[in-house]
Amino acid sequence: MPVFYEKKDLVTPGDLLAEGDYIPGDNTYKEADKIYATRVGLVDYTAKKVFVIALKAFYVPNVGDIVIGKVTEVSSGSWVIDVNAPLPAMLRAADVLDRSFSRSRTSDLSSIFDIGDLLIAKIVAYDRTRPPLLTVQEPGLGKIMRGQLVEVTPTKIPRVIGRQGSMVSMIKNETGCQITIGQNGLILINGKTPKDEQLAIMAIRQIEEESHTSGLTDRITEMIKKEKGE
Amino acid sequence: MEVGILANADGSAYLEQGKNKVLAAVYGPKEVHPKHLAQADRAIIRCRYHMAPFSVEERKSPAPSRREIELSKVIREALEPAIFLEYYPQTAIDVFIEILQADGGTRCAGITTAALALADAGIPMRDLVAACAAGKVEGHLVLDLQDEEDKKGEADIPFALMPHMNAITLLQMDGSLTIDEFEQLLDLATEGCKQLYTLQKETLKEKYVTVGEEEGEEEVEA
Amino acid sequence: MTSTIVARVKQKRIAELIASGKRLDGRGLTDYRDIQLEAGVIERAEGSARIRLGKTEVMVGIKIDIGEPFPDVPNQGVLTVNAELVPLASPTFEPGPPNENAIELARVVDRGIRESKAIDLEKLCAVPGKKVFIVFVDLYVLNHAGNLIDASAMAALAALLNTKMPKFEVKDGEIVKKPGYTQLPIKNYPIPVTFAKIDNTFIVDPWLEEEEIMDARLTMTMDKDSKICAIQKGCCGYFTKEQILEATKIAHEKTQELRKLVVKD
Repeated sequence: MPVFYEKKDLVTPGDLLAEGDYIPGDNTYKEADKIYATRVGLVDYTAKKVFVIALKAFYVPNVGDIVIGKVTEVSSGSWVIDVNAPLPAMLRAADVLDRSFSRSRTSDLSSIFDIGDLLIAKIVAYDRTRPPLLTVQEPGLGKIMRGQLVEVTPTKIPRVIGRQGSMVSMIKNETGCQITIGQNGLILINGKTPKDEQLAIMAIRQIEEESHTSGLTDRITEMIKKEKGE
Repeated sequence: MEVGILANADGSAYLEQGKNKVLAAVYGPKEVHPKHLAQADRAIIRCRYHMAPFSVEERKSPAPSRREIELSKVIREALEPAIFLEYYPQTAIDVFIEILQADGGTRCAGITTAALALADAGIPMRDLVAACAAGKVEGHLVLDLQDEEDKKGEADIPFALMPHMNAITLLQMDGSLTIDEFEQLLDLATEGCKQLYTLQKETLKEKYVTVGEEEGEEEVEA
Repeated sequence: MTSTIVARVKQKRIAELIASGKRLDGRGLTDYRDIQLEAGVIERAEGSARIRLGKTEVMVGIKIDIGEPFPDVPNQGVLTVNAELVPLASPTFEPGPPNENAIELARVVDRGIRESKAIDLEKLCAVPGKKVFIVFVDLYVLNHAGNLIDASAMAALAALLNTKMPKFEVKDGEIVKKPGYTQLPIKNYPIPVTFAKIDNTFIVDPWLEEEEIMDARLTMTMDKDSKICAIQKGCCGYFTKEQILEATKIAHEKTQELRKLVVKD
């Protein structure tokens, strides 16, 4: 069963990746017996599946994802949150308030979360036909009070996390910052000093630019140490 | 050809083909306003083809002309088959094409540039779309007519193709041709599109290849 | 029902029938609906015609006026085609300036007439560079039941053949009307054939519900010598080269048939 590219080759939409009994994975589609790329990215495959690691893609919600979003609208029963996805997400009032919600207390909603507030939330429901539904009812979720926000293209998030969290742990250790990663491309950084935070941001930016190269973890570690003057 | 040249747009591209200078930008998928335009089962595409007032010899009024309205429609219809609209219901993908300088074949150049911008935006596509016009000028069958050639020639066929499927997504014609000449021009246009397609692919890859090259240099130094 | 969305069950039925070579109204894949064409229906217009193509109804009025030629063709008269998708023609037509469909319709019909040089525009030039006759072709869609392009173009051709313009002479750079009328000088007879592609099968003259489920649309206009003078692909799908050549063959045959209905010697 032929695959027409080497692993980590750069492909563009419409490139014929493989022919035969493969399963079309991320960023590919199958027609007749042929698998094609749908986005610009690096092709990879296993014995059964062919997929493309997209170099740039917008965030598509997945149930269970932790995301960072901004409140854009407060209505009588819910908040509308921009999570950098094609459709805005929704947080229901009932999720936040223990008691059953009574509509006459509308002003209460904006006193909890107002337009412009940043939240860390989790996606509890999503099917393509309706806006994603969020919850903040878990530890670690809720309004963001301080910190700096960095935005990267969502496909780079796995790289920022690293294998079993190795990359992000390293950055946390080296810079002493708290780092919360939203699957939707937003990353929250909380450091002891602005300089520490800047260091973390620099590291993330470099990861974003060089995400498709190898030996990245070592290079980033080196870069941070150099900047710290070690 | 270049991609990613506009900071705000989700995807963008720039093309110079002869004297044509074309800019394309893509925003989306995003919420549709007004909401009643949204389709429950797929994304909608809104396309605007527009010529800048200074793009032609005699200043053109910025207001959309009937020609621009027709071209916006056929360009949209040329790009739609390439995009997986059904993946993003209730959203809109906006495509803006600005012709900064025009010298014939601008709708085709617009499609080629817009396809790059869509790919640059990370919008999943079945294939890229490349477009090129073929025609008959002074009895000869030619490719990629300039404005003069289009005005004085006997026929002009704007044409767009999704190359791996050999799917023709734009086909128009004005002039006078025998059926035989028409068939030959279809082949000629297909060839032209395939050449542009190769350039499109290179352009998309270029953005990422240069970084890898820098990395290579580092290793040599170490 | 005011909704024009075709129920999914019906969509499937139409597509299945077509795949087996038949259509919901009993037509073959290359059959046109019944055509009724009447010319000279509006006396105040210099020329007019009304067509009924199945239930699609279009009226075309021709008005002739005097004006200036375009600077790049100073010795030619002017042709201008406009289309109105009159709101009473369909629940989907809204009042207002022409939308992209009306503009496309007008421009495709215009292309057929212009590129085939159907009207002898040079004979409409009175004073080169200064005074020429302008032919206004107004396509008025009265009922939309599919295939507005073919209906409008055939009615337009019939109306042009029906058009009379005043006899004139030029005195001191002014147009002076003489008694009597003359036919508008027509020397070619462009006819379009519009195809709809449904699941890789071609049908001609799609009616409304077929148009709603088609993947792509192709219009080919041919002149009296079977030379192609205009093509327009519409709708959001695609064609292969082989499909286009197949369509060309069918168009070759059909335009000759249809022309006989419009051009009567």
